[in-house]
Amino acid sequence: MKTTITVNGEARALDVDTRTTLLDALRETLHLAGTKKGCDHGQCGACTVLVNGTRINSCLSLAVMHDGDAVTTIEGIGAVGALSPIQQAFLTEDAFQCGYCTPGQICSALGMLAEVAAGWPSQETADLTAPIQLTDDELRERMSGNICRCSAYPQIVAAIRSVSGLPA
Amino acid sequence: MSSVADWEAASNPVKENRAGNIGKAVDRYEGPLKVTGTAPYAFEVELPPSASGPPLYGVMVSAAIASGRIAAIETAQAEASPGVRLVWTHLNVPEQGPRPERYDFFTPSPRPALQSDRVYFFGQQVAVVVADTFENANAAAAMVKVTYEADAPMADFHAVRDQGVQPPGEQDTEIGDFAAAFAAAPVTIDDVWRTPLQNHCQMEPCATTAWWDGDKLTVNTSVQMVRFAQNSLAETLMIPSKSVRLLTRYIGGGFGGKGSFYEDLVLASLAARELGQPVKVAFSRQQMMHGTVHRPATEQRVRLGATPDGKLTAMSIMTVTHCDSRGNFTEHASNFARSLYAAPNRLTGHRLVRMDLPVASAMRAPGEASGTLSLEVAMDELAEKLGIDPMELRILNEPETDPETGKPFSIRQLVRCMREGAQIFGWDRRTPKIGAVKNGRWTIGLGMAAAIRGNMLLPAKCSFTVDAEGVITVKQGMTDIGTGTYTVLAQIAAETLGVPLGDVRVEIGDSELPPAPGSGGQFGAATAGSAALDAGMNLRKAIAEIAVADPASPLYGGPSQDITFQDGVIAIANRSERLADLIRRNRPEGLVAEGEIRPAADARNWSQHTYGAHFVEVAVDTVTGEVRTRRMLGVFAAGRILNWKTARSQLTGGMIWGVGSALTEGNAVDPRHGSLINQDLAGYLVPVQADIGELDAIMLDEVDDKANPMGIKGVGELGISGAGAAVANAIYNACGVRVRDYPITPDKLLAALEAKGL
Amino acid sequence: MRPFTYERATSAEAAVKAAAETPNAKFIAGGTNLLDLMKLEIEHPAHLIDVGRLPLAGIEDTPDGGLRIGSMATNSHVAADARVRARYPVLTHAIVAGGSGQLRNKATTGGNLLQRTRCAYFYDTTKPCNKRAPGSGCGALEGLNRNSAIFGASHACIATHPSDMAVALAVLDATVETLSPSGQARSFAVTDLHRLPGETPDVETHLIPGELITAIVLPPAPAPSEEGGGQVYRKVRDRASYAAGLVSVAVVGGKVAFGAVAHKPWRAAQAEAALASGASPAEAIAAELAQASNNGRNGFKISLISRLAPVVIKEARKAGRSA
Repeated sequence: MKTTITVNGEARALDVDTRTTLLDALRETLHLAGTKKGCDHGQCGACTVLVNGTRINSCLSLAVMHDGDAVTTIEGIGAVGALSPIQQAFLTEDAFQCGYCTPGQICSALGMLAEVAAGWPSQETADLTAPIQLTDDELRERMSGNICRCSAYPQIVAAIRSVSGLPA
Repeated sequence: MSSVADWEAASNPVKENRAGNIGKAVDRYEGPLKVTGTAPYAFEVELPPSASGPPLYGVMVSAAIASGRIAAIETAQAEASPGVRLVWTHLNVPEQGPRPERYDFFTPSPRPALQSDRVYFFGQQVAVVVADTFENANAAAAMVKVTYEADAPMADFHAVRDQGVQPPGEQDTEIGDFAAAFAAAPVTIDDVWRTPLQNHCQMEPCATTAWWDGDKLTVNTSVQMVRFAQNSLAETLMIPSKSVRLLTRYIGGGFGGKGSFYEDLVLASLAARELGQPVKVAFSRQQMMHGTVHRPATEQRVRLGATPDGKLTAMSIMTVTHCDSRGNFTEHASNFARSLYAAPNRLTGHRLVRMDLPVASAMRAPGEASGTLSLEVAMDELAEKLGIDPMELRILNEPETDPETGKPFSIRQLVRCMREGAQIFGWDRRTPKIGAVKNGRWTIGLGMAAAIRGNMLLPAKCSFTVDAEGVITVKQGMTDIGTGTYTVLAQIAAETLGVPLGDVRVEIGDSELPPAPGSGGQFGAATAGSAALDAGMNLRKAIAEIAVADPASPLYGGPSQDITFQDGVIAIANRSERLADLIRRNRPEGLVAEGEIRPAADARNWSQHTYGAHFVEVAVDTVTGEVRTRRMLGVFAAGRILNWKTARSQLTGGMIWGVGSALTEGNAVDPRHGSLINQDLAGYLVPVQADIGELDAIMLDEVDDKANPMGIKGVGELGISGAGAAVANAIYNACGVRVRDYPITPDKLLAALEAKGL
Repeated sequence: MRPFTYERATSAEAAVKAAAETPNAKFIAGGTNLLDLMKLEIEHPAHLIDVGRLPLAGIEDTPDGGLRIGSMATNSHVAADARVRARYPVLTHAIVAGGSGQLRNKATTGGNLLQRTRCAYFYDTTKPCNKRAPGSGCGALEGLNRNSAIFGASHACIATHPSDMAVALAVLDATVETLSPSGQARSFAVTDLHRLPGETPDVETHLIPGELITAIVLPPAPAPSEEGGGQVYRKVRDRASYAAGLVSVAVVGGKVAFGAVAHKPWRAAQAEAALASGASPAEAIAAELAQASNNGRNGFKISLISRLAPVVIKEARKAGRSA
């Protein structure tokens, strides 16, 4: 089925099987393997990408559902030699070990910070009418959709905190 | 063969650390690739132009019963499905080397796939479909219809634990007269703890990309042990080892579960040969739960006898555990206790039951991870009975020499870990009074536990090359499973050859490189690193010899043993030149040196371990039984630390695994079906961000000169050891109940609270 | 996944028409549950009608002071809506207790209501399950049924509905608006959407096949007061986030609902009646739990609710007082 998706700023015309997930289209068709398949069922967050600026699990979405959408993957965030600030922060804080969940963590963090900026609440938000304070507990709750089995959780908090531009 | 005394006596650049590379918090060598998503994991490697055609996709079909045989297997519909290139079952899979009756991690042997109509465990692979796309392969795999003749599985561990027998070749160890001492002890503890099956849940499911170039097979796969997998695969395929090139450069988590390899590797290799095209095969997340290995469940009976002033007189931990019907893996949950506390009368041992369950094997700190969940809680219980602070009780029973063997400790700073940890954590704020501190709906509790994990050194080789640019390349058939291998090898090379870190390249994860055992048992850094140091020393010698023999060198004619290596410059006193210049003149093609490490002949004369102490603050909601870890500190002594940053991450990661083992992790077995009820990451709950509060690890200054030439030890498995027990002890301090059946989930805590009328 | 055809609906009317005309068609919006189930061969539609981009994502005030939430509004947008946060905080708290940020960004209001059970025996296609394969039996009944229902279960099925959001909608007396395959609009109470399992647990709702949920309508929020009370949602689960509930409790004034305890969000009518007649929170909850059943491993849910729900009722009263 013909589908056009703008990936990292470039319109990509695809002819995909209707069954192909956005994740597999990125990895197998477009050879953008930075987005990872950890569970294929929305239970780990390794496949997180930004669609029109919003973070989603690309494994639970069909490519054909994204005709006309703009998708940002880890490859669109920075490159070796030109790391984005959050990529540099993950490196500096050692916010990963095996590295497999890392692209998803980074995409998720960017989406999460935009959600905080937009004032979206989380389950850690006690007062739903006050501005969001990005406390460590808020940050942890909001990043809980990204499992890191190496458990670099404290380091991930430190990395995101260092680029959040928001006080604790 | 070296002796420990040789290691202690000899100085070397790592010990001297003149440039300061050792211990430094260096960023991960491969980090830029990982944070940009450009490190290719096994399923993602770009195929070389020589590979004929695009990759085909293999999807495996897993058994739906735990024991029995395949009565019929219907593949016609799958074979006729769009895009399908082959369907293999036990009826038509190509011939493979025969499976030995028993096998282990370190001895290569055939691991044939789809071997017979027999089903030994639920989730065993029974067929594979290869098709042009992943979607077509998946759809066709669902069309393979298998009819079984099922036997009633023996799958209820707690019902058959009494059938446990002594594991092959093992004996209980008894010192003194445990039974008499325990009977006579004025204060005793006698309880049973249960730990469940646990799953590694590496983020990267096992996967292989395979292609052939004539008779030569190249496989990219995700395994912890390079040579073991290469040789075993060759034996499986019945081809020479040199015909297999196995690459495993980036590994999305191992934790012991990729110490073995699985059908993805074998079937991708066979199918690529059959079809003359590259083939990729990956496990699904669901297949990972049953089809790879797991940590088996245990039941541990701990008995402690003590005098009223807190001296242990009797100590026993007896573990019953299980493995698969054909295996012999034993979760040695009792072993660590042989070296932890002084007690004149001791009894430890294991019983093993073979069951119709998936294959049991090593998972992070096999033995310690399970065993500390009992003994380190039992010590807390004993402390309470005695009215002694739990940390002081441990210190009271600190042994001078190994309490079982009488051997001296190579170095043992357990007490210092506890003392320093207590001070930093604020242990003095703990009160033995239950539930003394409230915070809203939460009741706060503090707990601590000791950590211990053995240390190992295995044989390994390594090569160093210096090129005409003065760049050092480390080559080793080693792996980095997130442990930091790339980075610490680069640091050792930079320090040894006196070059900037940026002038070091590291090549690992390739069977064509000098062999190393791989990653596991927290032996990786010491083993791989010691071989690297030796290669570096040999390269220094080779460079020195060339320099003093080269009339064009300012070092010509000098005493080669006086050469220094610093900042890419070699010098004798005030005569110097750039290393690159020397090599460009003399060895423009590069200069190679090899090195190796072997365990010292007398290494076993010392009791050698890594140690630590965990301190935890938990919050318990006594209405709901929910538990949160708010604060956690580990203080560890693990020899010289090569990289403060990556070592700390290994330790904090291990501590979080301990939290998972205490609170959320476990595979429940449905004994009717012999299958795990939680088959994915929504059912098997590993900790998420929100489960972990403030958490840190501190490493004491330490050198263990008896461990290896660098005085380093491992940290990958120390962090988990004892961490879960500290959580359990903190829960008790908060709410006054003990749940001895892990994980401590709200339902169990609630039942315990209600049983106490709370 | 089996092959299927796909179309993107251009209007709600066209969507229901396509569903009526195409055999074995299903609507897909967020896809977070349907695709999960399709990959496991639990769902196998032959045709997908993508309704995700229909103009049904708006949230608007109703003339009577309530709120109409379009069925395609994502969970995240509903939770973040300023009016929802101010007037229906129980709904925001319930939504953000479910799934993860990524899932809530994709999952829709209609899809959340129609998500299927997380019962392990439903998910494991090698096991009997009357919901997945009618007539095959219930694997959970004699199995590891810790997560199963304590209210309204049958011998055919003891699965629970996993939604957090639906529990809040139930306690808020929300109404579901739909478009039927014949093009007829209708509305009914959200508590009438889901069925109890009875003998046909595969039939989970009272929707007509091919009927599309178009909106959820919230009545005007009760003014917080001591009698009316505040709004509280509490979910208990095995880990701190990103996990299905063991139980949840929603309270709005004198109204009480439980999650993860039945085949549908469970409105605690007995408890409400008892509270209305002056019973203490503990007495009221005990009245509700009189009809609860313990299937072996899920008995703790009864204890959990008996301990937690009175606390939540008191919290809601306190919140009402301080508002």
